[in-house]
Amino acid sequence: MSNYETGMIGNNPAKQSDDTPLLVLKDLAITFETSTGPVEAVRKADLTIMPGETVAIVGESGSGKSTTALAAIGLLPSNGRVSAGQVIFDGEDITHASEKRIVELRGSSIGMVPQDPMSNLNPVWKIGFQVKETLKANGLAGSNHKERVTEVLTEAGLPDAAARAKQYPHEFSGGMRQRALIAIGLACRPRLLIADEPTSALDVTVQRQILDHLDSMTTELGTAVLLITHDLGLAAERAEKLVVMYKGRVVESGPALEILRNPRHPYTQRLVNSAPSLASRRLQSQKAKDALAAAAENLGAPAETARHAPSSLAKPVLPKDSGKGDTFLEIKNLTKVFKLRGALGKSSDFKAVDNVSLSVKRGTTMAIVGESGSGKSTVAQMALSLLAPTEGSILFDGVEVNTLKGKDLFNFRRRVQPIFQDPYGSLDPMFNIYRTIEEPLKIHKIGNAKSREKKVRELLDQVSMPSSSMSRYPNELSGGQRQRIAIARALALNPDVIICDEAVSALDVLVQAQVLNLLNELQEELGLTYLFITHDLAVVRQIADHVTVMQTGKVVEASSTDEVFNNPKQRYTQDLLNAIPGATLLV
Amino acid sequence: MSENPTPNKDLNLRQGKTSSRVIEHFVAPLEETPLAAIDNVDETSAPLSLWADAWRNLRKQPLFIISVLLILVVFVVAIFPQFFAHVSPSSCSLADSAEGARPGHPLGFTLQGCDVYSRVIYGTRASLTVGIFTTIGVLIIGGIMGALAGYYGGWLDIILARLGDVFFALPLILGAIVINQLPSFRDNRSVWTVVVALVIFGWPQIARITRGAVIENRNADFVTASKALGLSRFAALLRHVLPNSLAPIIVVASISLGTFIVAEATLSFLGIGLPPTDISWGNDIANAQPQVRNNPGVLLWPAVALSITVLSFIMLGDALRDALDPKARKR
Repeated sequence: MSNYETGMIGNNPAKQSDDTPLLVLKDLAITFETSTGPVEAVRKADLTIMPGETVAIVGESGSGKSTTALAAIGLLPSNGRVSAGQVIFDGEDITHASEKRIVELRGSSIGMVPQDPMSNLNPVWKIGFQVKETLKANGLAGSNHKERVTEVLTEAGLPDAAARAKQYPHEFSGGMRQRALIAIGLACRPRLLIADEPTSALDVTVQRQILDHLDSMTTELGTAVLLITHDLGLAAERAEKLVVMYKGRVVESGPALEILRNPRHPYTQRLVNSAPSLASRRLQSQKAKDALAAAAENLGAPAETARHAPSSLAKPVLPKDSGKGDTFLEIKNLTKVFKLRGALGKSSDFKAVDNVSLSVKRGTTMAIVGESGSGKSTVAQMALSLLAPTEGSILFDGVEVNTLKGKDLFNFRRRVQPIFQDPYGSLDPMFNIYRTIEEPLKIHKIGNAKSREKKVRELLDQVSMPSSSMSRYPNELSGGQRQRIAIARALALNPDVIICDEAVSALDVLVQAQVLNLLNELQEELGLTYLFITHDLAVVRQIADHVTVMQTGKVVEASSTDEVFNNPKQRYTQDLLNAIPGATLLV
Repeated sequence: MSENPTPNKDLNLRQGKTSSRVIEHFVAPLEETPLAAIDNVDETSAPLSLWADAWRNLRKQPLFIISVLLILVVFVVAIFPQFFAHVSPSSCSLADSAEGARPGHPLGFTLQGCDVYSRVIYGTRASLTVGIFTTIGVLIIGGIMGALAGYYGGWLDIILARLGDVFFALPLILGAIVINQLPSFRDNRSVWTVVVALVIFGWPQIARITRGAVIENRNADFVTASKALGLSRFAALLRHVLPNSLAPIIVVASISLGTFIVAEATLSFLGIGLPPTDISWGNDIANAQPQVRNNPGVLLWPAVALSITVLSFIMLGDALRDALDPKARKR
């Protein structure tokens, strides 16, 4: 590394000419050698980053967005290579630059903040050592490296950095680890920072803080940022320029706000329409929409009132529907205490759920929102009677759930069904789709083989899967398809209540929108009641009628969705709402 | 450890960034980037269960093909030895004592004048019987113990795991020597006494593997889902947890089948395995001992047969491990 370059990059970014692009990817193609032959992961990708500019690549998983960014610093996996096109960094073609040259550029000219803060810090070294390592590798350590480490960590927003530098990664929370990683990424004052989903693993409020900080730091230092994210709202809010990728191709790129307001490519349009953070109201089922149109035509009634008081012609005549509006599931003063094993056989109590009360009306959706550790999933487990509460009661249709035994519990199971977060873990990999959906019918001894097969076909049709998928195995399906199978299994017993534990959190936006729509249509059609557990307020807005906000085991706020969104009473709720990326961009 | 609270300055709305530079708005031509319908199911290829997928991997592996062919040969020889050797292994004549090879007797004769080739062929059955039945016994006992310990946990786990450790701590051969000295075993020596002795000291290994695999699967979402469907705890173990835990158990079982065959040969060699009247590789190796220097072939051939059999089971285990490894599974 030449001192000339270091000095210039380190101290005077402003001296750089403002007109030569910092990074240019020209017609880039990246090919992976796999056991089934070469696969082209990225084709004809073009990208330009000017000095000091923030550019965001947006796309769903598998769109090639990370691969494109990694190619820029020669970090492709060993079976991948740039098969066509050019990577030009600051006027220099580094497409096939020597390993030595690329290593020179890394850290000092191009920094990187990786995705997962939990696994990207080495657990056996202190944080300070890991920052120092970066400085050393780029010849910037010098004699005063200790002060420099502290300085860098302070800049990244770590309070009491000198003491923190002596701690190990496991003593840090997720947000603090991400700050440490940002400190490492920016330690050598690179001119370009590649941030690969820097906050996807963090709670929204923490995500907000980290991004705000990253923003102000890079503005101050004049660093250009290449932000990779799946969240269109977040990208539009943080970047000047958006690059939308789909299946390895750049489908649209341009000024962030313009793309958001006026998407031209059909894929981008679909993406903008589906992004939950940009939605401003609850989803409506097709039936409700039709009814709404009819009502508006006939009576000239304003749309809002029609939604809140659906006219009788909109409702399918179902016996379940008769009781709509009654309290169906009532949770009273629910408390769950876990015993934590401490040193020397001492155990301490941990109150995961603290005096929670809520009631869900028949045919409506109640959302429980909270960040990780708020106890929302524990409530779901207890409502499913999979976990016994320490105190309090759960009344389902007027019957206490806790004390159910034997036959009564078996019948309760038939009426309350869960859908879990991880579509890869909730289906038995040894069972094909037919056996998976048939299982509940078999357990409850419903019908014979023939009628069960008919029912499975119906259920698959309900979740819009072809009946030819019956013989497939879960490993052959995508995440969204698996989740639809999980929904079909939950519906098999005609339950009254479905408890969705982060049911759409692991899905790509378009698939998420599809699943949410499906859930909504099913609710309308079958009169289902949902208890919807999620960390994502944006999703809540689309699906829920009522919201309960939880923080560290306690209920902070509970009200109707509109009330919570338009007029949040508590500071915590306001913070959560503010943290939804992009929420304010389209209004 | 709390995060820095952000100052609450920003109730004024964030409006995104605009650049002073002119940024071109590029839209890819539609015909070049067709939109697929979201999330279609591939309906063309044949459905693929995990086992079918593993089989597809396996049948291309030379290690697997070679080991399976060898094992097949060993099985056929064990079941129909008379097709391979036309001389009776027990019709020995001292006239042929320590004779060399001659037509019809390709491997020569032992000191007692028995045909070496015929004895090697007929000895296969004893070894394979011990290997297979010991493995079955170990799978039943170890599998049940391990599955119960792993699935239910708590005090049951503590008791069963310690019990396993007690047996694990005793060396297999030493334990088998002691067991076979018990009067009831000593007086009724047969293939079955050897099997029982080996099972008693061999089950903890399978129990450990099963326990680990069951613990890994017992908290999976699909198990929780089946409980929420009303499946009883025990039924969930049988229907969901065990089938998903089979892969490592199969791998370890096929490797230990080889080691049980070795253990049988060792016990027979030491004179406490099969009765001396039974034809087995271990007995033959023991009997060939005095002749090692002037007629090494007598010792060599049963030893080669033993090595090939054991090696093929261990190779099979390795190939299965590659195909069934849960980490290699994720794609």
